[in-house]
Amino acid sequence: MSVDKSTVKKIAKLARIAVSDEETDTIASELNHILNWIEELNEVDTDGVAPLASVTGHNLPLRQDAVTDGDKVDQILANAPEQASGFFVVPKVVE
Amino acid sequence: MSTQDMTDNTNLVQGETGLWEVVIGMEVHAQVLSEAKLFSGSSTRFGAEPNQNVSLVDAAMPGMLPVINAECVRQAVKTGLGLKAEINLTSVFDRKNYFYADLPQGYQISQFKQPIVGEGSITISLKDGSTHEIGIERLHLEQDAGKSMHDQHPSKSYIDLNRSGVALMEIVSRPDLRSAEQAGAYIKKLRSILRYLGTCDGNMEEGSLRADVNVSVRRPGEELGTRTETKNLNSVRFITQAINYEVQRQIEIIEEGGTIDQETRLFDTSTGTTRTMRGKEDAHDYRYFPDPDLLPLVLSEEVVSEIEAALPELPDEIRARMTGEYGLSDYDAAVLTEEKETAAFYEAASAGRDRKLTANWMSVELFGALNKASLDLDSSPISPDQLGALVDLISDGTISGRIAKDVFADMFETGKAAADIIEEKGLKQVSDSGAIETLIDSVMQANEDKVAEYRGGKDKLFGFFVGQVMKQSGGQANPAMVNQILRQKLDG
Repeated sequence: MSVDKSTVKKIAKLARIAVSDEETDTIASELNHILNWIEELNEVDTDGVAPLASVTGHNLPLRQDAVTDGDKVDQILANAPEQASGFFVVPKVVE
Repeated sequence: MSTQDMTDNTNLVQGETGLWEVVIGMEVHAQVLSEAKLFSGSSTRFGAEPNQNVSLVDAAMPGMLPVINAECVRQAVKTGLGLKAEINLTSVFDRKNYFYADLPQGYQISQFKQPIVGEGSITISLKDGSTHEIGIERLHLEQDAGKSMHDQHPSKSYIDLNRSGVALMEIVSRPDLRSAEQAGAYIKKLRSILRYLGTCDGNMEEGSLRADVNVSVRRPGEELGTRTETKNLNSVRFITQAINYEVQRQIEIIEEGGTIDQETRLFDTSTGTTRTMRGKEDAHDYRYFPDPDLLPLVLSEEVVSEIEAALPELPDEIRARMTGEYGLSDYDAAVLTEEKETAAFYEAASAGRDRKLTANWMSVELFGALNKASLDLDSSPISPDQLGALVDLISDGTISGRIAKDVFADMFETGKAAADIIEEKGLKQVSDSGAIETLIDSVMQANEDKVAEYRGGKDKLFGFFVGQVMKQSGGQANPAMVNQILRQKLDG
């Protein structure tokens, strides 16, 4: 698997990250290094081995169904660039 | 077996150039009934002040970690069992990546490759009496997004995150539906099952249940056509309208030599039409990957068995009991089981008495009166016990069915008990054979010519005599006794 310039641009766009043309080559090359390195793992025979999700041996912890949080509108909106009547206010995103 | 493989001619749509078959699949988002959200401890209550039900997890503040709500997991398993589906003891949460103002994380936690529930099915019944088994492909748990309001400001959108992080079950059907009617029956049946299970309140107006419909058309028996997806339909009427519009639009395009674009469309509730969503060409590139914040969800057989053992009776089972044990018609059983509350009312009203008679009085008189008064069953002025008591008074001959209608109207009006109304108004049925004989004698005396005609062979006049006697009695004579005694006297 290898990554070309257009793939880098597409991924950057999907991730909403601005990548200049000069940076694209470097990033493509770096990503290819990483992917090649990961591909070494393909040499390991994993037939019949279940995917490993965690090495801790823990299961997903569950929470009781109880309301223990919320009611902190001021904190929630504290970093909002703009707010009104308890809402976040953002540039119009209507379809 | 599904209807998928059969070409069902009854549902074909006539175009300019021939017949078309409609193929529909549905993705339904059902809000899980729980106190708290899927991965945080904030409330799911509808109608709170903006951003009141929001924790730092729901607002996706850096460093916050999701912890799953056990009840939401149980509810998903319960729903899966109610859909006769396989439960996957190991399921995995993935991140579905996209950017939108009401999605603070920049991704939705969902289940992509390994959902909690696998294949199941729903049986739908149509007006023509046919039943169809519709396949369920999967059910998975995911987070809801927040709510955007676009009408508050000319150039700004207002965002409320109260819904952000509330647990949803996405229930995906197979493309087994063949008409808007079937799609409507499917969503109604699914809603009914969810409400019986108590896993979703089914409130479509508040958005607790909403559907995306995938529609395509093809020549009967041919390969599937290209489909469009119309999003976020929150009523049976809108679902029907959107499907009918899409079917006509697609047939027209293909018949004029065009092709259908696979795309997401929006439904306009004011015009009943659909239109393309603009600027979403990359929208389907969600780059799913397992959420590193969450380990796989592992369920034990014991937990699943416990939930299964506690499942309530579901509409199909109640219907089977009503048509079998109680002897009700398919139609009555369908009407009485559509809503959980209706079935409960009927069971209470009919317990220990004539089941069929109670069903008739409920589906004809009570529903008719409620409809006319624009009332729901839960605000019925007549309680289940009161309706049952009226049925008893008919069964034991205290009043005739005709008088009972008047008593019913009075009960509906005043909320009084049937027995009190009968007592007050002196409506008790006359079952005294002496009194009935006297009535018959006077009718026969007053109509000697007709008696002669009857005895001369004009049998049809029997009905006339019954009518006259009933009229004389003010409707209170026991009709069965009138028939019997009249027959003796006339023929004797």
